Amino acid sequence: MSVLVIAEISKGKIKKASLEATNYAFQIASQLSKTVTALILGETSGVNLDDLGKAGASKILTANDKKLESGDAKIICKVISDVMAQESSEVIVFSHDFNSKNIAPYLAAKVNAGIVPAAVDFPSIENGVFLVKKNVFSGKANATYQIESAIKILCLLPNSFPVELDKNKECVIEQYTAQLDGLESKIKIRETKKSSDSINLPEAELVVSAGRGLKGPENWGIIEELATELGAATACSRPVSDIGWRPHHEHVGQTGIAIRPNLYIAIGISGAIQHLAGVNGSKTIVVINKDPEAPFFKAADYGIIGDAFEIVPKITAALKNFKSSQH
Amino acid sequence: MKILVCISKAPDTTTKILFKDNDSVFNEDGVTFIINPYDEWYALVRALELKETLGGTVTVLHVGLASSDTEIRKALAIGADDAVRIDAEPNDASFVAKEIAEFAKDKSFDLILVGKETISFNGATVGGQIAGSLDLPFISLATKLDIESNNAIVEHDIDGGIEVLECEMPLVISCSKGMAEARIPNMRGIMAARTKPLLVLPSFGSQRLTNTIKYSLNPGRTTCKFIDAENAQQLIELLHNEAKVI
Repeated sequence: MSVLVIAEISKGKIKKASLEATNYAFQIASQLSKTVTALILGETSGVNLDDLGKAGASKILTANDKKLESGDAKIICKVISDVMAQESSEVIVFSHDFNSKNIAPYLAAKVNAGIVPAAVDFPSIENGVFLVKKNVFSGKANATYQIESAIKILCLLPNSFPVELDKNKECVIEQYTAQLDGLESKIKIRETKKSSDSINLPEAELVVSAGRGLKGPENWGIIEELATELGAATACSRPVSDIGWRPHHEHVGQTGIAIRPNLYIAIGISGAIQHLAGVNGSKTIVVINKDPEAPFFKAADYGIIGDAFEIVPKITAALKNFKSSQH
Repeated sequence: MKILVCISKAPDTTTKILFKDNDSVFNEDGVTFIINPYDEWYALVRALELKETLGGTVTVLHVGLASSDTEIRKALAIGADDAVRIDAEPNDASFVAKEIAEFAKDKSFDLILVGKETISFNGATVGGQIAGSLDLPFISLATKLDIESNNAIVEHDIDGGIEVLECEMPLVISCSKGMAEARIPNMRGIMAARTKPLLVLPSFGSQRLTNTIKYSLNPGRTTCKFIDAENAQQLIELLHNEAKVI
């Protein structure tokens, strides 16, 4: 009997969000006196999988098959449900990200599981009552759900917990042969366009974001310098991605992506309610804006009123000094 | 082409979120509801655009109580041909998806479109569950949709980028920003909506798999600590020593 976690690889490494999900699965398995099995779909050669073991998986299954490449939920869910049967898994954990939004609900329908997406806390399991808290109303509130089905699917919101790795934990790695005879995907990939950003925005712990206050795309240099110095991902507000100053995938907010980094620095963004909906889960928010009436200050932990073109380079310089003093 | 667009309703973005009955139920008193923007602006409008170029019909489907009829009439005013309401409380995503699948299974829709998530519960699971229940292909988080002969050409968001997919119809697609621009119903549409068919069906009696026990509001931030622009460098000390995030 094991709790099954679906882990992913990105840019040659296990995704941080997958390690968080494995930690989460380990905590659930401990409550249920079970172990954790991690399943990785796709190519794993050359990737160090040990961290999944350190995060709590006692078994790692790798399933690689050409038919999985199209990302078709039907094919992927066939493999997951076969593994669930093999491992007698009744609790399945995903990270709540792009891929799980494609796969987890489809799986829920196939195995008749209650699903709680965007879970933000460990479940409470007492006398067979299984309760999980999730984010609702764009982060303004939480709701506690009781899952009433035997099989349960939980999708953990990234950055809900810091990753904990225990170097004394060990695991076995096994190849799993997917049984996909007779199944063909109707979905074909015509083209893939991946951004070259080194830091994946939904997983980023530090984010520097800017809006219309920057006046034009040519002024993004100061934003990128601060982000590089900080090791942060860059993001932007909706108007900026709508007019094409920044790529669509950088847009955070209600209609873009929702993020919850440890630090969100908003520069030249007024803080419309739709923008706040995408970032209000951030642990610390810094707002830099020349308008003292900008609504974003009401949602901020730290505020600086003034001209971004003067303030941001000062912060970048201070950060450089700080980093050299740390060495 | 026969298109089904599933719509849900959500409290307007500016709504003050409050709960009642010992924090077990969202308090709808005085709340203005809208059609969930992802369902309206992207799924419904793109469906109408496809119908206008390729011909066919657009049916809107809503799982909910009679209080939703205003939102359903708005969808008809924007241009849907007919509407169906399954008369049941939409309080569990698995339930809603199964009700939709039960309705759709013998209607041979070419496309079933849903918004990527509601702005109230942010679940993003109904589309995938409909597809799973009907054993149809599913494409999530679509930002562009075109039809070439009997295939849907879909651009959708993936981890750190976008992917262009091709899939033979029928299929289920969850729609995100970029699919279409919002439309405002005109007077003719509003008048026509009054007489368009709105069929009310009883629930198929699908199973509910989750139950909301309790809500709690997230505490907002208390006060913003202001740093003088002249001393912007102080931010770094505060982020390191006080907030401990760097």
